Amino acid sequence: MSTESYIRRPNRPLQVYAIIFLIALYIPILFLPLFSFNDSIYVSFPLTGFTLQWYEELFQREPVWAALMNSVKVGAATAVLATTLGIFAAKAITKYRLPGQNAIVAFIMLPLVVPGIIFGVALLVLMSSLGVTLSLYTVAVGHVIICLPFAIATLIPRFEGLDPSLEEASADLGENAWHTFWRVTLPVVWPGILASLLLTFTVSFDEFIMAFFLTGTEPTLPMYIWGQLRFPQQFPSVLALSSMIIAVSFVIVFLGQWINRDAHISTVRK
Amino acid sequence: MTNTNVTLNDAAVGAPPVRRRGKFAGMLQRSETLRGFFLLSPTLVVMTIGIVIPFAILITMSLWTAIGFGFDTTLTTANYETALEQPVYGALMHRSLVISGWATVATVLLSYPMAYYVAFHVHKNKMMWIVLMTLPFWTSYLLRVFAWKVVLGYEGVINSGLLWAGLIDAPLEFLLYSQQAVVITLAHSWVAFAILPIYVSLEKIDRSLLEAATDLGDGPVARFFRITLPLSMPGVIAASFLIFIPTTGDYITPALLGGPDGMMIGNLIQLQFGPVNNWPMGASLAIGLMLYISAIGLVFLALTKVFKERMA
Amino acid sequence: MSKDAFISIRNVDKYFGKFQAIDNVSMDIGHGEFFSLLGASGCGKTTLLRMLAGFENPSKGEIYIDGQPMSEVPPHHRPVNMVFQSYAIFPHLNARDNIAYGLRRQKLTKQARADKVDEMLDLIALPGYGDRAANELSGGQRQRIALARALILKPKVLLLDEPLGALDKQLREQMQLELRALQRQVGITFVFVTHDQEEALTLSDRVAVMSAGTVLQMDTPSGLYEAPKTRQVASFIGTMNFFEAQVKSTNGAMMNIEAQGLGNLQLPRGERHFNEGEAVQVAIRPEKLRLTDDKPEGDGQMVQGQLRNSSYLGERSHFYVAIDGVDRPVAVSAQNRTRFAPDPTDERPVWLNWSDDAIVVLGKD
Repeated sequence: MSTESYIRRPNRPLQVYAIIFLIALYIPILFLPLFSFNDSIYVSFPLTGFTLQWYEELFQREPVWAALMNSVKVGAATAVLATTLGIFAAKAITKYRLPGQNAIVAFIMLPLVVPGIIFGVALLVLMSSLGVTLSLYTVAVGHVIICLPFAIATLIPRFEGLDPSLEEASADLGENAWHTFWRVTLPVVWPGILASLLLTFTVSFDEFIMAFFLTGTEPTLPMYIWGQLRFPQQFPSVLALSSMIIAVSFVIVFLGQWINRDAHISTVRK
Repeated sequence: MTNTNVTLNDAAVGAPPVRRRGKFAGMLQRSETLRGFFLLSPTLVVMTIGIVIPFAILITMSLWTAIGFGFDTTLTTANYETALEQPVYGALMHRSLVISGWATVATVLLSYPMAYYVAFHVHKNKMMWIVLMTLPFWTSYLLRVFAWKVVLGYEGVINSGLLWAGLIDAPLEFLLYSQQAVVITLAHSWVAFAILPIYVSLEKIDRSLLEAATDLGDGPVARFFRITLPLSMPGVIAASFLIFIPTTGDYITPALLGGPDGMMIGNLIQLQFGPVNNWPMGASLAIGLMLYISAIGLVFLALTKVFKERMA
Repeated sequence: MSKDAFISIRNVDKYFGKFQAIDNVSMDIGHGEFFSLLGASGCGKTTLLRMLAGFENPSKGEIYIDGQPMSEVPPHHRPVNMVFQSYAIFPHLNARDNIAYGLRRQKLTKQARADKVDEMLDLIALPGYGDRAANELSGGQRQRIALARALILKPKVLLLDEPLGALDKQLREQMQLELRALQRQVGITFVFVTHDQEEALTLSDRVAVMSAGTVLQMDTPSGLYEAPKTRQVASFIGTMNFFEAQVKSTNGAMMNIEAQGLGNLQLPRGERHFNEGEAVQVAIRPEKLRLTDDKPEGDGQMVQGQLRNSSYLGERSHFYVAIDGVDRPVAVSAQNRTRFAPDPTDERPVWLNWSDDAIVVLGKD
């Protein structure tokens, strides 16, 4: 303890606060899995007993599987598209000083702050005036728009950490831009790309509001859950489904953040 | 390093032939700006299709009028006039600003000590703490709001828990379907947006400034208010901006937890595009919300500028 | 373009926005020459090197390598290779793959490629290091890998951007010797950028001293040191004492100069012609001045002064001597040939003398 400097010496109340904060952050979410194993149709205390029946029931429901597949399809397409676009954009933003660059970045980052409902209705209006039937494709378009900021925010620190002389060295050793990208840029920024793929997949997989306005006849998983929320007797199975979604999301996001952890540290240090 | 007999006198032989390039490739070679925009162009095209064009259409549609299932495409500001005249729209807008204002204040106040703790008192595994605090943010917003419905519900975790423990005789009704429920849920959901910018601005503070303040006679409290807090204000402003703007137009939380009293502008917009089926009115409300947000955005921008200038 | 120039830089300007980094530079570099670009940071030396590599294009003018104009040739088609200041060792590849990086286009068999890499590892005295990961290599090893990676492609010109700057002093001196030996062995043109004048003098056949985007002087190391053409070059390379002076008269190959503090000097007129009455500067290196306590024998050039202070540097000592009519004390450097005994009476009258060829006459610039 005495090895810490004066400024950094431990602060007990703050430490307690931090722990309470973390617990409060997770507790509400943890009630979902807790009650999903409860042997009662009512989501309330006292707990009546342990059961897996809600999960079993879930596995036999066709619509759940269909919705899951829809979400996976949209999520995968969104992740690949948003990350690919993000790679080009992050590369351009970090390597070149472009006129109006700040405005362009702010523009790309807009979906991060502007309420999703505005983008949702705007895209809905676009699709209807173009006569496009709402489908998983329209959902994916919406998701690419809102995932791009995440992809770019994840990729930019990686590209900033890329020593520009590495690419110059490759050009100097005889490789053109294309091969330089494949042989040098991509392998070096790979953790960022993987993280971007995982994070944008999760964002799309869990996204509700765009899907709410842009889904056609095939619902994504969050849309399916939304539909079930009207029926209180469905609560236990929704809890089971939610628990699984949250567990999977946590794992994917944690993996993504972990793969990319050194980029975080370097951004903060700047 | 010269024990071997390798020589490279035949240097010129193995060199690749000198080649000239095509016109466009040559231009790309020469102009950095062109190369940069070339790389950005796919993203810009997608953003144009996904944001610029939809907004243009949305603005146009807000000037139309709904007739049955079709539109009268004569341009008129009637929708905006209605929105300004009928008190219900203004009231909802006002309520949205109040609710998200409270949610913003609560989130920032609760998150600041946490960010401070990680920035100054966590030495090992900082990354782990940050991931832990932001992890829930990445997972389904819908499900997090749903979790609060489970917690606050009439027969939910709190009520049934308190009943079971014998602390109350009847369920507390104010928990669900109230503005408080919306504020609590919003604050919980947007914590990551507060912690990250505040943490970054705290981490950037040069530790020797704090030592200097101590050296010049400040105790921990004076030091915090005279040095740490002012220097972290950009983070606080950014956090407020990042929470206030999106929560103003939130749909899910008021829809699931607000009840009639907790309804916000987002729900009204959805109503116009859904059950009411008055798209032009919905478009006007969306544009109105957008204008509100832009105005608030400008205020935050000005605040940031003031703070940055004061520190420069 | 002169006939035997291997690299020819013709009237090159380079602007970055409004900032002019290179101002009308022309130079010729011969085949097999070890050529250095020397100057303080921001003088344009690295920009010039990067234009040779193709990472920047001249705003005006043209660069020829082996007779070919280069402005339309992208970096990956140029017959030059570069050793980067940061070495730019690819972090995801091991030493072997780093060295073999540029061989992909040559479509060699696996065996032929491995043989070439081994040859290179021998050349840089790192045999058996091929499987080292990039982050397991020390600074000196990274530098050698960067060299091998460039040389394996048999470039016509090797460009080196302060490659020794990141190394500590001892390793740097060793690498200087090895670099010079390697250049003789492979026999190709080296263009070397450095801000370290000692390094430039040690390594180079010729050096271009640059400042503010222009070339101040291009010469052999001894030419630069012994016969600097401007005060800027004279003071950038080594230490120099300057004296205000005026040409009194000229007489055939000789001229008579009146220098403040040094008195009347009879000097050969040299390459540059000064007119009678012209204000000039007289310069002399500290080690070319001899310091004695007693008045030297003979009637050579000499002046009396007051020793102000001295500093002991081991193999030599520095003395600072005040002379009447000169603002700053004159620096004198002397080898400590005999065992140095500190003299408590630092302030004492001393004599300085020099031979005529020690003096350099510079224009008033």
